[in-house]
Amino acid sequence: MAKTLFDKVWDRHVVIPETPEHPATLYIGLHLIHEVTSPQAFSVLKERGLSVRRPDRTLATIDHSTPTLISPDGSRPYVTPQAERQVETLLTNAKTHGIETHGWDSPHRGIVHVMSPELGATQPGMTIVCGDSHTSTHGAFGAIAFGIGTTQVGHVLANQSILMRKPKTMAIEINGTLGHGVTPKDIILAIIAKIGIGGGTGYALEYRGNVFEDMSMDGRMTVCNMSIEAGARCGMIAPDQTTFDYLKGRKYTPKDFNAACKDWLSLQTDKGAKFDKTVIMAAEDIRPMVTYGTHPGMAIAIDSLIPPADTAADKSALDYMQVTSGTAMSGTKINRVFIGSCTNSRMEDLRAAANILRGQSIAQSVTAIVVAGSETIKAEAEAEGLHEVFLKAGAQWREPGCSMCLGMNGDIGAPGELIISTSNRNFAGRQGPGVRTVLASPETAAASAITGIITDPRSVMAPPIPCKPNLGSPA
Amino acid sequence: MSFKPITQITSKTLVLPASNIDTDQIMPARFLTMTTKTGLGKHLFHDWRYNDDGTETDHELNSLAAKDCQILIGGHNFGCGSSREHAPWALTDYGFRVVMSSEIADIFRGNSLKNGLLPIVIDKAAHQWLLDHPSEEVTVDLESCEVRLPKNGGTYKFEIDAFSRHCLMQGIDEMGYLQGQSDALDTFEARYERN
Repeated sequence: MAKTLFDKVWDRHVVIPETPEHPATLYIGLHLIHEVTSPQAFSVLKERGLSVRRPDRTLATIDHSTPTLISPDGSRPYVTPQAERQVETLLTNAKTHGIETHGWDSPHRGIVHVMSPELGATQPGMTIVCGDSHTSTHGAFGAIAFGIGTTQVGHVLANQSILMRKPKTMAIEINGTLGHGVTPKDIILAIIAKIGIGGGTGYALEYRGNVFEDMSMDGRMTVCNMSIEAGARCGMIAPDQTTFDYLKGRKYTPKDFNAACKDWLSLQTDKGAKFDKTVIMAAEDIRPMVTYGTHPGMAIAIDSLIPPADTAADKSALDYMQVTSGTAMSGTKINRVFIGSCTNSRMEDLRAAANILRGQSIAQSVTAIVVAGSETIKAEAEAEGLHEVFLKAGAQWREPGCSMCLGMNGDIGAPGELIISTSNRNFAGRQGPGVRTVLASPETAAASAITGIITDPRSVMAPPIPCKPNLGSPA
Repeated sequence: MSFKPITQITSKTLVLPASNIDTDQIMPARFLTMTTKTGLGKHLFHDWRYNDDGTETDHELNSLAAKDCQILIGGHNFGCGSSREHAPWALTDYGFRVVMSSEIADIFRGNSLKNGLLPIVIDKAAHQWLLDHPSEEVTVDLESCEVRLPKNGGTYKFEIDAFSRHCLMQGIDEMGYLQGQSDALDTFEARYERN
């Protein structure tokens, strides 16, 4: 029977199949852990005298509570002593249980969903979990990857497996030619706006069509990252040559790489495989997007107007954002710019922002911070001189981490401020109490940094290179 | 046993009607640095319940009556966003044992089941009734999978996974169950590692 990518990867990991009485026991190929959602799980292990079943299938880093500044004396200014204790707890737990850890001394340390692919630990056909909802990022490689709670972190530490019922499958198909200035971030925001913030609940998504086939791995990660913002725990893209080119030569990729690629290619959804639901969109209809409300589904094309508020929740969202139906988001005054997060902190994102900021100055009224997703990216960006572009423009170049995406480490805005952010959630208070968040692409964030108002990136980008018509026969 | 078993709960409801209440509202990120599970109830819906100076707002969750409510009625798509289990920890620490909505986000629902908080996705008509009738005494019966509304509101069936129901009613957690599968896991793992 024709099978989907999801079905094939799922079937490979079923230890005990599900029945009406009990869920399936699903084996986990890779378990990523960080400081926020693991301490209570390690406590459970300790209370019950359990050990970590597969430390070699577990990878740890510190990213959420970590400061992004270094004091002049070289110390790291944690937001609270408790935040520092949380980081120390992770480092101690990982060491105790023999788990490979990328802490302060590692050149690979970074946001967990940025670091793991860079190490080649994320691979096609795997099951990957982490106590973090943006684990869906790793689906970009054709893995089933999803966020779990701390209780399940404990289950995976002790048993390398979880109990789960198989979700339904949904295909999101986008074909056609993308317009100028339309990025992967705009595509995923357009998808969430279409299917709704709960539209993917109960489903595993597969992104299909030439738009995703033509996309880089950085872009695919941006798309899959925000699957959870549509309620879907995981979103996948079939592995192909782009995937293999990215993975080749990375630290943890299989020794017989060619054999692995051949196997991974066989994971692609079979012709005629059935999805429980299919959503079709046209690439031509997607434009640069911004959010206007307090969840990622409240997103519009930057050159369109805020829709009417039909419900009490919509009205209160617009009130919170201090915006009005029938007006445009572009032109709204901003206070801060955040370029970073597991959604948009990779090389492609930083290059895109730098291309717009090169030779420009950010508006005097604006504070902009750029936070690379990992030490690896920070070093690569510095080797390319991108940090100088940001610094010369007047932005801050911070140490890698989750930073202002959720502000756990103290990187937050002041009440009432508006932040244009390349992150993934615009929930009320997410970036600090009373802070208003507008989600956008790195291009839109960078363009807005210069003007101090929300700005269509196409107004500052170099025009697209027109395709040369093929006149006459070749010489 | 890690939580109190649930069979039947009769309690007044507390209604938070907004749709898409996310886990950042339930437990703001800046309170996630703790390394234990206890005492989170005081931070539940922190930014709704406290002013900037730390004094309490007049939000219903701060009322004396709210402390006796074991059933929370949320707007559509309750618990979306972050996977933080701190959200159900805070809800149960505050005193809730049931959360009902017309839709509940996947990860939050799973986390709730593992912490003795019964998540019920209820029929739209019943949900609307509950939104329209705050503070009524409602009965949730996990044995018969029924929600019984007072004042001729009717009785509604709800669906729950048989395994989750069993665990909630017995107050058992899944760790022991998984530990009991170690033979199957050994066999699977040997095959998985070869491929």
